[in-house]
Amino acid sequence: MSDTTLHAHADEHPPHHPFLQHHFEDLGQQHEASTLGMWMFLTTEILFFGGVLCAYWIYRVMYPAAWAEAASLQNWQMGAINTIVLIISSLTMALAVRASQLGQRMGTVVMLVLTLLFGGIFLGVKGYEYSVHFHEGLFPGAQTFTWHENPALAPQVQLFMAFYFTMTGLHAIHMVIGAGLLLWFIRRAWRGDFGPEYYAPVEIMGLYWHFVDIVWIFLFPFLYLIHSAGGHHG
Amino acid sequence: MSSLTLHDVRITGAEGSRNYINDEYGALSWLLTKDHKRIAILYLISITIMFLLGGSFAVIMRVELLTPEGDLLTSDTYNKMFTLHGIVMIFFFLIPVIPAILGNFILPIQLGAKDFAFPKINLLSWYLYIFAAAVGLYVIITGGVDTGWTFYTPFSTQYSNTHVIGVTFAGFIAGFSSILTGLNFIVTIHRMRAPGLTWYRLPLFVWALYATSVVMLLATPVLAITLVMLMFERFTGIGIFNPAIGGDPVLYQHMFWFYSHPAVYIMILPAMGVASEVVAAFTRKKIFGYRFVAFSSLGIAFLGFLVWAHHLFVAGISVYSALIFAFLSFFVAVPSAIKVFNWTATLYKASVSWATPMLYILGFIGLFTIGGVTGLFLAALGLDIHVHDTYFVVAHFHYVMVGGTVMAYLAGIHYWWPKITGRMYNEFWARLAALLVFVGFNLTFFPQFILGYLGMPRRYHAYAPEFQVLNVMSTAGASILAVGYALPLIYLGFSLRFGRKAGVNPWGAVGLEWTTSSPPPKHNFEETPVVTWDAYDYPAMMKAVGETQNV
Repeated sequence: MSDTTLHAHADEHPPHHPFLQHHFEDLGQQHEASTLGMWMFLTTEILFFGGVLCAYWIYRVMYPAAWAEAASLQNWQMGAINTIVLIISSLTMALAVRASQLGQRMGTVVMLVLTLLFGGIFLGVKGYEYSVHFHEGLFPGAQTFTWHENPALAPQVQLFMAFYFTMTGLHAIHMVIGAGLLLWFIRRAWRGDFGPEYYAPVEIMGLYWHFVDIVWIFLFPFLYLIHSAGGHHG
Repeated sequence: MSSLTLHDVRITGAEGSRNYINDEYGALSWLLTKDHKRIAILYLISITIMFLLGGSFAVIMRVELLTPEGDLLTSDTYNKMFTLHGIVMIFFFLIPVIPAILGNFILPIQLGAKDFAFPKINLLSWYLYIFAAAVGLYVIITGGVDTGWTFYTPFSTQYSNTHVIGVTFAGFIAGFSSILTGLNFIVTIHRMRAPGLTWYRLPLFVWALYATSVVMLLATPVLAITLVMLMFERFTGIGIFNPAIGGDPVLYQHMFWFYSHPAVYIMILPAMGVASEVVAAFTRKKIFGYRFVAFSSLGIAFLGFLVWAHHLFVAGISVYSALIFAFLSFFVAVPSAIKVFNWTATLYKASVSWATPMLYILGFIGLFTIGGVTGLFLAALGLDIHVHDTYFVVAHFHYVMVGGTVMAYLAGIHYWWPKITGRMYNEFWARLAALLVFVGFNLTFFPQFILGYLGMPRRYHAYAPEFQVLNVMSTAGASILAVGYALPLIYLGFSLRFGRKAGVNPWGAVGLEWTTSSPPPKHNFEETPVVTWDAYDYPAMMKAVGETQNV
């Protein structure tokens, strides 16, 4: 590069870290910027999920009986297993960040692989639940929604299922994106990119993963564990 | 001592030096660039094309409205025209125009930074914009959409047989472009400021873009999820917003306006930032009440989130919530008025230079004030019910969006044109265009206030014969306005080749962007500047210039 600015700084500082981008002064500034960027992105994600949760909550207040009835159609054991799986994956993700900070190359790789594995288990269980719902006729839509056990509540149960699939579907898309990122990070960690000086990418990957985890922590009780005051039970 | 000091009013730059334009050649060097200045140029070209497209829909509507009968267009076609005009102008012109063109180019330079924090994400946001525009164009070519830019349910989900999913998908993608721009701005302002550039030394354009970015980050995702639900509903017919099976169409309106009212501030806040820059530069004064102007941007961004339901006064919301939203809507006028008063106070007893950017900003201040005050009429419950969905509303928001945002954009593009291109435009033609825009704008939209007050409803291709005179005036004004908008395309394009060299600081303005060469070098500054002065320190600069002359 014919860049006088770069050379001006090369005089003042030791040679650049290979992952220092030219427009930052040093790795510290780059780290702070990328961390803040991820927090900002997660803020938009909160508003994104917040919008659909708000709509969900309004209808829950309007139709408490249907909401309890529909929640009882969910397999809470599956949801609970998935909750535990995701929390463990958050632990392994946090350990991956720790390992990268300490410069433990293999430790980082192993923890990232475990995180990916638990993420995969979650998506597998979720896919199984989806297929069961499909067979039960609970997928919203004129042709697909054939659930008639309680005709009086059926339209609102369908509305609940619309929220169920929208929210868990968006969550699953985030999981799939996270899994793709993990694959890339495993390759980078294997290559030895990360170390005590440069671990910001693993850290912000962790932020993203924990966020997706936390979304599920809200979705699980909202979608699986509702009981109306009248006493519908799952 | 750094070579960059406040008091250096350099008239000429190093001739023939390398800059961001001649640093590399070839289409790919532009399409794959990570340089914020080149991305700004990409946006300039694409947003200008979208403006011409959106404007052409407006021309067709104004021609139709020359006569009371619906003779040129069928009502279906007319519905598509105003829908496409709204969608193209709002999502593809007004929202990105100042942040993505002027902000992209100027913000890092005003911060003394080499680039944004995330240059690749900056380029990605342009590609998302282009992808969204391509989807939008596909929809237009294959038959358009007729729901109005607001996509109200249940019309959009059940009854409209046009391309609702395609166009809402385009809006969804354009939203992500906007989110990524806002994210880049906020992180860059927080983390990339030059040494010594404290928050209170920042130009007010930066404060305005910061406030804009906050709104982009917090409001746009809500639109995104709302459009996702709309598409899901239209695709499956499950009734999220369908009252027949338990859904609530008013919930859609709440969620839509939770984004779309703050979006108005995404459009106007950057315009206010431009106004502060230009007013200071052409009065040679510090902005009166700098901190008030800075914090009023944040105030507008905050209050903007609390007023959305004033769009729903006739949609069946409760009287009590309507009262509260009316009350809160009045409050937004306070920070807006603070800005107008401070600009006016800056003008007071100043020797105002009548350069083109200043002409546009003087127009902006007047027109924005009219737009803002008529907004107060509409926030008043009783009057709103009278003029709801009439041309009064159309005139009001065009005074804010066109009289406000477009005027300020034109001011900004003229103000920074010498910096962006290194060339001066022809001042005579530029002033003439500014005059035509001002006259044409008022002739187009002022009659619409009267039409609305007299009861002419919006969104119809035919109207009662007694409204014809005012409509002919409006169409005549639109013709003048079109000439006013076409002129800059000609003389600015002309200046690229024949314009006189601008030099470093043609306006004698204070600000980091006026200390680097025009056009700026690839990394903006030869060395990172150290800032030791306040924003708009014109008094100190004038004093320094005076001393130099006395020697």
